Amino acid sequence: MDILQILSNTGSSLIAPATIGYALAALGLAMHFGFTGLLNMGMAAFMAIGAYGYAISILTFGFPWWGGMLVGIGGSLVFALILGIPTLRLRGDYLAIVTIAAAEVVRLLFLTTTFDKYTGSADGLSGYHASFRSFNPIPDGTYGFGPWEYNANGWWVRIFGIAVLALAAFILWAVMRSPWGRVIKGIREDEDAVRALGKNVFSYKLQSLMLGGVFGAMGGIIYALPASVNPGVYVTSLTFFVYTALLLGGAATIFGPIIGSVIFWGVQTLLSNLLPALVNIGVLPFMTTTQSQTVRFILVGVALMLLVIYRPQGILGNKKELTFVK
Amino acid sequence: MNTADYRRTRRKNRRGVLVALIVALSAAFSLMAMPAMADEVNVDEYDNSIIGNVKLNSEPLEGVLLTVSGGGYEVEVATDADGRWKVGVPDGDEFSVTLDESTLPDGIAVIDETGEDDTPNVKEAMIGPSGSTVMNFFIGRGERNVTSFFDQFVERIVNGVNFGLMLGLAAIGISLVYGTTGLSNFAHAEMVTFGAVMALIVSVDLGWPVWIAIPLAVLLSAGFGWTLDAGLWKPLRKKGVGIVQLMIVSIGLSLALRYTFQYFRGGGTEQLPGSDSPDIPLFGSVSLSQTNMISMVVSIVVIVIFAWWLVKTKIGKATRAVSDNPSLAAASGIDVDQVVRVVWILAAAMAGLAGVLWAYFRPGIRWDMGAQILLLVFAAVTLGGLGTAFGALVGSIIVGVLVETSSLFIPSDLKYVGALVVLIVILLFRPQGILGRKERIG
Repeated sequence: MDILQILSNTGSSLIAPATIGYALAALGLAMHFGFTGLLNMGMAAFMAIGAYGYAISILTFGFPWWGGMLVGIGGSLVFALILGIPTLRLRGDYLAIVTIAAAEVVRLLFLTTTFDKYTGSADGLSGYHASFRSFNPIPDGTYGFGPWEYNANGWWVRIFGIAVLALAAFILWAVMRSPWGRVIKGIREDEDAVRALGKNVFSYKLQSLMLGGVFGAMGGIIYALPASVNPGVYVTSLTFFVYTALLLGGAATIFGPIIGSVIFWGVQTLLSNLLPALVNIGVLPFMTTTQSQTVRFILVGVALMLLVIYRPQGILGNKKELTFVK
Repeated sequence: MNTADYRRTRRKNRRGVLVALIVALSAAFSLMAMPAMADEVNVDEYDNSIIGNVKLNSEPLEGVLLTVSGGGYEVEVATDADGRWKVGVPDGDEFSVTLDESTLPDGIAVIDETGEDDTPNVKEAMIGPSGSTVMNFFIGRGERNVTSFFDQFVERIVNGVNFGLMLGLAAIGISLVYGTTGLSNFAHAEMVTFGAVMALIVSVDLGWPVWIAIPLAVLLSAGFGWTLDAGLWKPLRKKGVGIVQLMIVSIGLSLALRYTFQYFRGGGTEQLPGSDSPDIPLFGSVSLSQTNMISMVVSIVVIVIFAWWLVKTKIGKATRAVSDNPSLAAASGIDVDQVVRVVWILAAAMAGLAGVLWAYFRPGIRWDMGAQILLLVFAAVTLGGLGTAFGALVGSIIVGVLVETSSLFIPSDLKYVGALVVLIVILLFRPQGILGRKERIG
């Protein structure tokens, strides 16, 4: 068993593009769920729209990378409008069912062979890197130390991702301490009271859905940036995993979603490396290496349950800020 | 060449390699199996030949007509008892081989593997340097060009009702649980899978007969429902955990159970005994397999018994009272906890039965089979009115028929989309559903 390799992989996963993508999506959910109280279970669709919007506009329409990102963001804004107008009047649990259904519709539309020409159906999309890499200011070569040793392109994706994440966290922090943010939190606490103050609750909810959706779309783009867009990623489980990361860190916090995502991926990578290694040296004789890869997903489910029951505020959260615990 | 073209070309090449491999393999097999037995036409007159073997699931099909034509040459050939045929052809030229689908058994057609070919029964053959080429067709169940639109429509509706009844068994449970506890139970999908997996373990792993295995699976599911309520949901209710929290707990439970099934059964698909029963023609071109008919009868009987229970018995009335207003029911002396316990047991038993039926309908058992229909069940429940048992049934049948018939109009890999879009549209105009009350608007 190569303990150094396992630790190195785990360390590397802490700033992997997938981790940054999850953190962005979790920030979006913090906006929706933590601050506004909207139980959006369709975050996977926002991520899919971001990633596909980016890839399709580059591959099919020849946009530059920043144009692709704008298309992904624009797509998520349109989706937030389409999703929000019929559903934001609904109570929490109904909203969850409808958003999850909408996310599934989006996934099936990207998966169908009908639009294979644009979406690549089950194969997904790849080979859209040239434009983004041509803007790479880092000279060729390998940089870093220990687990964090990447080539110029690897660093460019990570630095860009972290910059976007920092910007998103700053925006969220800034808007939540503004008067707008106070109205949003008020909606979470008592919608009727806010309505009585003459605020247009529906409009505020829609704005929140759009802003969080943009974070989600950027998360999807960063997730897909270094490799490919794979339709198998944007399943409902993705939304549940992002929720797990969010609740782990703290739903109504700025840094909670980021810390939650880092821990989520760190533990996931550790287990996915450690468990098969343990099986191979015979420490876990009752399971095969394939089974040991399934165990970590069982653990995610169990962790989600325990978290919600025993520490719904997460690591950083304040229990007073959790109206979903009533 | 831009990247998109590159990607496509690469895929095409991959497919080309695959086809070549299959052709080479089948050629090797045909040579081993001595094509001398084939029904042979003009074989002695020409050196070059095209040979083939018409089979359905490795059963040879006799008397299937094929036409080979090209370069002014045209000849017909019929397959022999082993499904083989061989045609001698002149030098050069490409030939097209047409399989006459009307000579195939009813309901059987040449399947289009690529999804792009409108006439998969016509194939182009090139004679290779060996002077012989193999031409096989992929044959399977299919209705292409065989039935009229109306007949297809009727058949889809019958299938849809069958599917809807099965959804209904799952939907009634989810709706009752919601009505009595307020929980939107995402783990219901795994209760569906649980029933199917239990039936699989008893019938295949233990080798018990199916008529024991299925009732036993339903009983085990009922026990599973009892365990979940006693071990998880009741303590959480006592703790006063909020509705949204409970819902997220059910999502966690759903993930944990789903991957537990995968842990024990792996990622593949397994079949229950009797899943390949033959189709029995009913009227027109409508035919249902034996298992599908039994499945429909079982669903109807169970739903009727359940309706009688809900309307006539004391505990059924108590259940409706708790659904209506738990505090008032408790104040009237109804033991709410007991009612909820019964509801969990019933919901799990019906979900387990739905799982067995879904395993026959799909067909096959997979670790995530329940999750595949969870959203359709939610759509059905929401359509009918969450919390109402009969609304759930009506919604289920509508969703079932909609899903089955919509694939006549839209690509079949989008057939669930129709139902989900209807769910969203219904919420726009009648958010309480067909039989529900106006409480869901927040």
